Amino acid sequence: MIRLDNLTKVFDTPKGAVTAADHISMEVPSGEICILLGPSGCGKTTSLKMINRIIRPTSGKVFINGEDTSSLDTQALRRNIGYVIQQIGLFPNMTIEENITVVPKLLGWDKAKYRERAREMMRMIALEPDAFLKRYPSELSGGQQQRIGVARALAADPPVMLMDEPFGAIDPINRAVIQDEFLKMQQDLKKTIMFVSHDIDEAIKMGDRIAIFRAGKLVQYSEPDELLAAPKNDFVESFLGEDRALKRLNLVKVRDLASDEIGLVRPDDSLETALKRIEEYGYQNSIVMVNDKRQPVGIINAAVARTTSGHCRDHFMSVPVVVSLDDDLRKVASLMFANDMTWVACVDDDGRIVGQITQRAITHHLGSRYRTHSRDQATLDAAASLSPADKE
Amino acid sequence: MELLQYALDNMELLLTRTIEHISLVGVAVGIATLTGVPIGIAITKNERAAKTVLYIASIIVTIPSIALFGIMIPILSIIGQGIGYMPAVIAVLLYSQLPIIRNTYTAINNVDPALREAARGIGMSQNQRLRMVEIPLAVPVIMAGVRTAVVLNIGVMAIAAYIGAGGLGTFISRGISQSDPRQLILGAVAVSVLAIIVDYSLLALQKRLTPKGMERAAATP
Repeated sequence: MIRLDNLTKVFDTPKGAVTAADHISMEVPSGEICILLGPSGCGKTTSLKMINRIIRPTSGKVFINGEDTSSLDTQALRRNIGYVIQQIGLFPNMTIEENITVVPKLLGWDKAKYRERAREMMRMIALEPDAFLKRYPSELSGGQQQRIGVARALAADPPVMLMDEPFGAIDPINRAVIQDEFLKMQQDLKKTIMFVSHDIDEAIKMGDRIAIFRAGKLVQYSEPDELLAAPKNDFVESFLGEDRALKRLNLVKVRDLASDEIGLVRPDDSLETALKRIEEYGYQNSIVMVNDKRQPVGIINAAVARTTSGHCRDHFMSVPVVVSLDDDLRKVASLMFANDMTWVACVDDDGRIVGQITQRAITHHLGSRYRTHSRDQATLDAAASLSPADKE
Repeated sequence: MELLQYALDNMELLLTRTIEHISLVGVAVGIATLTGVPIGIAITKNERAAKTVLYIASIIVTIPSIALFGIMIPILSIIGQGIGYMPAVIAVLLYSQLPIIRNTYTAINNVDPALREAARGIGMSQNQRLRMVEIPLAVPVIMAGVRTAVVLNIGVMAIAAYIGAGGLGTFISRGISQSDPRQLILGAVAVSVLAIIVDYSLLALQKRLTPKGMERAAATP
């Protein structure tokens, strides 16, 4: 757990005092990733760097797992916090192994232990230990270097990690890969992480919580879905972008919206039955045909069913798409648009049809969350502020 | 031809003078490195101190060597060392300060701020940062400063023959006083060749001292 209590930083500049972080109070529960998000100069990086005292707070306190860190020695504090920066900052004069083991060495681990730890870290970041440990950072690609950067931060197994735009300098394709790898690692590691980003999509993807900063102040601190559904004010709303409803698609799984009502036909059914079922379920174009195990084997086109007679098994076409219960709605929406469909069949891990997801269900879900939130907000903000929620 | 014959006839003396010359410059620049590098590191912590120190070192370099020897004669005479080995070494020691201090200061100051921050962020103390990161990264540039000092002072040391310090300069001073071009040219050529050989040897040493992972970055001679 990381807790910031009225953390404030005032910089003395030739133009006078500038408050870079203004009474920031927030709490990141253990095992969660909190993204600090905002435009440049909003105080997110300053707030992050006050936690490991790269920047000394003017006032306020930082608690890690309930302990007030102001009583700790700076070096001891930092060795217990993993630190990853955008510029990566691997030491070019040290091998990959020396880079990874630098904190364990500072902490006085014995040699056998830290060398084994280096190999373990390499396996964790999916780089072959024998191929890489003896090499130097300059021989690695940017993506590999940042993986090593993460490994170095994790080597001493700190409970808390601070990441300052860690994947910002990596090309978009590699960035997505590293983000996925990191999230996978985090599932096992359960570190408490503060993560600075200026990329909303990254924040939504990586964050359990998102803190929006503006001009040194913490404006909103919410879970991503909550944030997108109910931005607190105009600034947050414009920062998130007009397409914020679409961004929410990433956050919702098919599982959450799938309905188990789905019209199906079997190969032995007649086309007449198929047509009847198409109308019964209100499908526009077609119906899915399944085998004995409820696995989709084809679709029956409504037009064909209307004009032809016979059995389904003789007149089906291939199944265009199905989605799995763990897919996110973004994929579903994309498939629907690409194939001009208003619904998609959902399958479980064994490929059996378990239900369907409809375009209506998706739009309703996005809309209803926003409507409910607006109403809740309206009640909360009864003190008659001019938020858009009130105008409804 | 005559010159070559002269050189061969005096091979033994040439060798003795060369060794003298190397040892004078070696001792002086050696001591200068031991003082200059710590000073260079120390002044990175304080910009005003850095300016003052570098200014003084620059002024010293502008003093003509013959004048510097002249100044030292009365001062060092107090301890009976007015001429010879001692003033020569001290002069070279002083001249070496600027390239060594300046290069050390620049090298440490130019360590990538991201590396500095990474080193702080993972919990290195100031000394650990210097020892594990900043000095290893600064070695190529510091060595370049030492090389400059050595080459510069191989020339300065030739003049020290006039205050009886020995070295290859004796050929030159005698060549002038005896109007003997053979000695004069032998001394001058020997000084130049020595400077070139030492420079390349030190370059090889610099490459060996450069941390392995930085070889690509530090390819400049």
